[in-house]
Amino acid sequence: MLASLLIVFREVLEAGLIVGIVLAATKGVARRGLWVAYGVVGGVLGACVVAAFAGELSNMFAGSGQELFNATVLLLAVAMLTWHNVWMAGHGRAMAQDMKRVGAEVSAGDRTLAALAVVVGVAVLREGSEVVLFLYGIASQGGTTNAALLAGGALGLFAGACVTAAMYFGLLAIPAGKLFNVTAWLITLLAAGMAAQAVLFLQQAGYFQFWMSGLWDTSWILPQGGQSIIGLIGQMLHTLVGYSDSPDGLQLAVYLATVAVIVGLTRWERTNHPRRASMPKPA
Amino acid sequence: MRRTVLLAAAGILALTVSACGQEAAPIAVTIKDHRFTPSIIHVKANQPSELIVTNGDDGAEEFDSSSLKVEKVIAGHSSGNVRLRPLSPGRYPFMGEYHSATAEGVVIAE
Repeated sequence: MLASLLIVFREVLEAGLIVGIVLAATKGVARRGLWVAYGVVGGVLGACVVAAFAGELSNMFAGSGQELFNATVLLLAVAMLTWHNVWMAGHGRAMAQDMKRVGAEVSAGDRTLAALAVVVGVAVLREGSEVVLFLYGIASQGGTTNAALLAGGALGLFAGACVTAAMYFGLLAIPAGKLFNVTAWLITLLAAGMAAQAVLFLQQAGYFQFWMSGLWDTSWILPQGGQSIIGLIGQMLHTLVGYSDSPDGLQLAVYLATVAVIVGLTRWERTNHPRRASMPKPA
Repeated sequence: MRRTVLLAAAGILALTVSACGQEAAPIAVTIKDHRFTPSIIHVKANQPSELIVTNGDDGAEEFDSSSLKVEKVIAGHSSGNVRLRPLSPGRYPFMGEYHSATAEGVVIAE
C-alpha cells in the first residue's frame, strides 16, 4: 500500500505543484477556479484517453509517438506560460494595486486563464496517464491486496492535492505587492525546466542529437528522483526550477534561452505598453 | 512456450528495425512477471544504441532511468523502443517504475 501511495504521489507531485503555482499566480482574477477546474477535468479525461491508447500512441512516428507527444504538450505549456507572463507584465502592477477592479476586467482575464488552464490540463494529462495505467494494472488483477494498493493510490492522489494546497497557501504568505513578482519568476523557471525536459524527449525520439554529453553529475548529492526523501526534494526542484542532476549541453542552452526569451518579452511588453502597466486610479 | 514466442517476436521486430537504421542492432529486452530479461545489458560506450522492450505482462510498465534520461511507458502485451544516447563507460541502472521492487536492471557501457 505504501509503495503504491509513493508511486502515485510521485506522479501527481508535479501536477500538484503546478496547480498550486497557477492558483497563486491568478489570485484575484475572476473565475479562475472555474478555469483551473476545466484544466484538471480536461487533463483527467485526456489522461484516460492517452492511457487507453498508450500502445497505439507509442507505435506512431516509427515508435517515437510517446516521446513526440510528451515534447509537444510540454512545449505547448511553455508557450502558454510565456504568454501568461507577458500578459501579466501589462496587467500585473494594476492587479497588485487593486485586485477587485481588475477582477472585473473579465474578458482579458479569461484569456490568460484559458492559457493557464491549458498548462494545468497538460500537467494533469502527462502525469495522470501514468497514474491511470498504474492503477488500471492493479485493478485489473483483482484480489484483496490489490484493494489495499488502490487505497494507497487514492491516498497518493490526496497527498498530491495537499501539495497543491501547501504550494498555494505558502505563496499567499508573500505580501500582495511582491506575490506576482515571485509567481512570474516561478513561472519563468517552470517554463524553462519544461523546455529542457522537452529537449530530452526530442533527443529520445532521435532528434537534435548534438551537445548530448553531460555537463555535470550531481546525482550523488541531489538525485532528481528515486525512493529517498532527498530524491523527492530533487524531483520537486526538477519540477519547480528545472533542476537536472546531469543535464546535457542542449538542455542547458534551451533552459537559458527560454529564460532569456521570457524575460526579454516581459520587459518589452512593460516598456511598450506602459499605460496598461499603470492603469488610471479610480477617482 | 509463450515466452519463446514473445522472444521470437521481439527478435523479428529487432531485425526489422535494424534493417532500417545504420546503428548497432537493437537489443531485445522482455518484461515478464515484472522482471527484465536480460536485466544486465551490455552496450558499446560512446555510441547510440537501442533497446526494444517487450512487455509480456497484462499491465503497463514504465521503463524509467534518470541516469539514462529515459522515461517510456510500455503498454501491456506490446513493445516499444528505447533509444539510448551515447554513454560514457559505466553502469546505468534502470527500473520498471510501476513494480520497482522486482523490475530492475542495469545498462553497462564499455
